[in-house]
Amino acid sequence: MAQTILSGNQEATVDGAWAEGDHLWVPLVELRRSTGWKLESQGLCQGDDCVPIPSDRRRDWLDEQRGQLDFAAFSAHLGGPAVRDVGHDAWSFGPAVSGRGGLERSQGSGPVPAPEFSLPDLDGKLHSLSAYRGRKVFLFCWASW
Amino acid sequence: MLAVAFDSAGSAAVKDYIRPAELSQFMFDFMGWDRSLSAHAAAPTYPCLIDERHVVGELYNMINVPTAVWIDEQGSIVRPAEPAGASDGFRFMDRQTFEIPRDAAEAGKRTKTTYVEALCDWIEKGEKSRHALAPEEVRRRMRGLSWNESIAAASFRLGVWLTKQGHAEAGQKYLDDAVRLRPESWSFRRQRIVLADPALTGQFAATPEYWEAVQALGEEGQYYPQIAMEGMPPPYRPK
Repeated sequence: MAQTILSGNQEATVDGAWAEGDHLWVPLVELRRSTGWKLESQGLCQGDDCVPIPSDRRRDWLDEQRGQLDFAAFSAHLGGPAVRDVGHDAWSFGPAVSGRGGLERSQGSGPVPAPEFSLPDLDGKLHSLSAYRGRKVFLFCWASW
Repeated sequence: MLAVAFDSAGSAAVKDYIRPAELSQFMFDFMGWDRSLSAHAAAPTYPCLIDERHVVGELYNMINVPTAVWIDEQGSIVRPAEPAGASDGFRFMDRQTFEIPRDAAEAGKRTKTTYVEALCDWIEKGEKSRHALAPEEVRRRMRGLSWNESIAAASFRLGVWLTKQGHAEAGQKYLDDAVRLRPESWSFRRQRIVLADPALTGQFAATPEYWEAVQALGEEGQYYPQIAMEGMPPPYRPK
């Protein structure tokens, strides 16, 4: 069985991922590739940002024996909804909602970091925003439509 | 400059279709460009990126194009998402002739010029520019997403994926959900129109559905919100 996971900038079809109701179990070995998150000692981390797993949720989210994580449960904890298409075994996870935990960049004080992204150019070469650190960036978005 | 195209048809939408041999007066009036610009060769010297799933739109909470964000050398937002010098003059154009009233075109040109001058000011002066916003003001202008807006983003992403996998009918359902949950997103609405009719790929998809939605804004509604910038002229309204 396989499930397709659309999360942030990630898009991956994961063999070994399986769904049961509102739960989406993802093999830990596939977690980073499919969701951008990785299980570390301090919790689930994406780059420099880490979210601790609450002690009372660990057994619900993490099946350590089978090496898998209920990513839908974790995403709900972050404050983001999930949209699931059962017929096509696909899940799409929305960004964290304002004021519902997670990693809201616009909270706090000090400079507001620009969210990172990587996109291809017309020749397929990937460009990451972080590669332009040290230069001003005018991020101009348009469309052919 | 980093240019990002929100085109779910990928590079084909911008590579194979957009080849204006000659720019019409409409384009000059709509974009607020000066005619002297048409003398320049159109080979970009900056990266032109393709964002098929509107990832940047989601990350920066953009709902229309053209929209821009200013980012400083430390990777911090100096001006969050706002219309990149665009204005509502096109709403008053003659849909048969594509002619925009002269005063609307002039107003659009003033908006574009003011924006570009502010951008140049920031490029030259950096944080000392009066157009570089303090972090507190950046935060005040940014806001997180509501629950429905987040579902809209997830639905849109799923709709695009299904459509590109060849499941157009299934995809349209989620694209419809995205538009229903976030009706103010012209990006969702217009991308959905193009995905429903691939013949529109790479074209200015000004369908009857699109114009109905524009018309529904009414007298007081704004297609492009007023840019909150020092010196920016007020929005155009016909006399």
